[in-house]
Amino acid sequence: MAARNVTSGDNHQVANHTMARRMVLASLTRRRSRVLIAVAAVAIGATALGGLATIAADIPRHLSRELREVGANLVVSPAGDQPGLADTTLQQVDQALAGRQVVAQAAFRYQTVRLANQSYLAAGADLNQVQQAKGYWAVQGEWPAGPGQVLLGTDVAAWAGAEVGQNVTVSLPVGQEGAADEAAPQAVYTVSGIVTAGGAEDEMVVLWADDLAALAGPGPWDVAEYSVASESKDLAAIAQAISQAVPQVQAEPVQRLARSEADVLAMLRTLLALVATLVLALTMIGVSTTMVAVVTERRVEIALRKALGADQAVINREFVTEALVLGLVGGLAGVGLGYAFAWGVGQAVFHRSVQMPWWVALATVAVAIAVTRLGVIVPLRRTAQIDPALQLREE
Amino acid sequence: MTNPLNDIVHLDQVTRAYGDLKALDTVSLEVPAGQWLSVVGPSGSGKTTLMNIVGCLDRPTAGRYWLNGTDVTDLNQKALTQVRRNQVGLIFQKFHLIGHLTALENVMVAQYYHSMADAAEALAALERVGLGARAGHLPSQLSGGEQQRVCIARALINRPPLVLADEPTGNLDAANEQIVLEIFDALHAEGTTLIVVTHDAAVAARGDRQVVLGHGRVVDQKVHPRSPAVELAGVAA
Repeated sequence: MAARNVTSGDNHQVANHTMARRMVLASLTRRRSRVLIAVAAVAIGATALGGLATIAADIPRHLSRELREVGANLVVSPAGDQPGLADTTLQQVDQALAGRQVVAQAAFRYQTVRLANQSYLAAGADLNQVQQAKGYWAVQGEWPAGPGQVLLGTDVAAWAGAEVGQNVTVSLPVGQEGAADEAAPQAVYTVSGIVTAGGAEDEMVVLWADDLAALAGPGPWDVAEYSVASESKDLAAIAQAISQAVPQVQAEPVQRLARSEADVLAMLRTLLALVATLVLALTMIGVSTTMVAVVTERRVEIALRKALGADQAVINREFVTEALVLGLVGGLAGVGLGYAFAWGVGQAVFHRSVQMPWWVALATVAVAIAVTRLGVIVPLRRTAQIDPALQLREE
Repeated sequence: MTNPLNDIVHLDQVTRAYGDLKALDTVSLEVPAGQWLSVVGPSGSGKTTLMNIVGCLDRPTAGRYWLNGTDVTDLNQKALTQVRRNQVGLIFQKFHLIGHLTALENVMVAQYYHSMADAAEALAALERVGLGARAGHLPSQLSGGEQQRVCIARALINRPPLVLADEPTGNLDAANEQIVLEIFDALHAEGTTLIVVTHDAAVAARGDRQVVLGHGRVVDQKVHPRSPAVELAGVAA
């Protein structure tokens, strides 16, 4: 019998690449229960990793939103001897903030007024903006829907004996406290709500800017507050950039909030990194254990391949290829499940949906493949120790 | 002793020891090209060890072994694998087909490791053993006799000069045993060198020559009447 003669070159390589793919595909599709276990081992790790990475990447956005509801983190006031903030100046500030995620903003004009024979500070503003910026204000009644309606601080309302729905007379102070103000400009407003803020606002009258202008005459803004979704280190740079771009203003971050946010973020990220590292280690152990079981189960097959003339390098290549496909499939499954996990956490904790950045998805798949590749190092050593003479013996 | 370069298999005083236990003990054996040699003996007599060494799955601890004119005694594992790939076809009692590959793919695996996978050639090999219509079936969908025939097709696909069969009919019923032996007859008629380990006296009698192993040594040997004259010089224990 003449020895088998084959052509060499490109046809040879194509035919064998096709056969290699065919064997890997057959191994993966016809051993479904085993493959599912291996894929599950990878997918569980990839799910945890993808989910945690998504949360870690999305936390600053959510946390910023949450913290913005407890107040602004950037305050803009007139620089030096500037009398106030003109509308054109605030437009320049807006331009300087272009591209930033400004969650809320409100400009305030303050004016001392008198109500029920007491002096209070009145804050004139676009109350729609204020409602967005001061999410933590507890308002009994309603926010003012239009001109002629005001919010009274809870202390003001108590002193004046005012209730929601009543009318109050607000005037400019012209005389001594306690004296009659008949000669001063005054206006009557309806109390739409009583606000409890736990701060200076409890002693203020909050009204529409146009109402204040009608009472006290036109004037510039005294301060503008911004809630910018950004980390503290960026916030200082943003404030500096505004101060440089608009010389008429002085912008400063609210340090207490910024530092708290940074601390919370740092702690959360450290915690997530530790958990992710633990998950990675467990995944690698799981994959390695699964692949060792696969090798043990297939030791006769491996012995047969060796008996048929397969070099150890070829055996390694076949198992690594299978492992990489398992890593890819497990990684892709992990991306989907990880997103679902992160979405669930986002809904439960932040009450908002989360987004998985494309690089997290890519990194999850890449890490799943890398972990699987590392996980087969030990199993491959086991295959090298398989002795075909021992495994295939019939006696 | 004959010239080792003239034989397909030439063992000279080969010993395979595991510690103090000698599975093979100074066995000398020559198998000329085209001969069908039957190896018989009780369990533990060294048949499988002999087949492992002849099939380059194992190495002797003493003595020398020439396969098809090449001294393979001191070759390393990688070189032995290469020799095995090119020179030996293996047939097993338990068939050892890969469970997740079809009959056709099981044959193609041997081509793949040898040189180049070729589905048409593999299908022709299956047709030769009467399994062309079963090429797409998995081993679990084949009977024992059919699996053994796939195993034979796999062993022959690269046309090796030497075919080793370890109890090839041990797991088969009489009908399938007959089919397998007819295939062996055809191979023998084509000039393929066959070494068949068997417990079955009828199977052993089909060969040109029979050696009997006992305690790792060749204790008897005979030429069967139907075979042509075969040189027996040098067979000794």
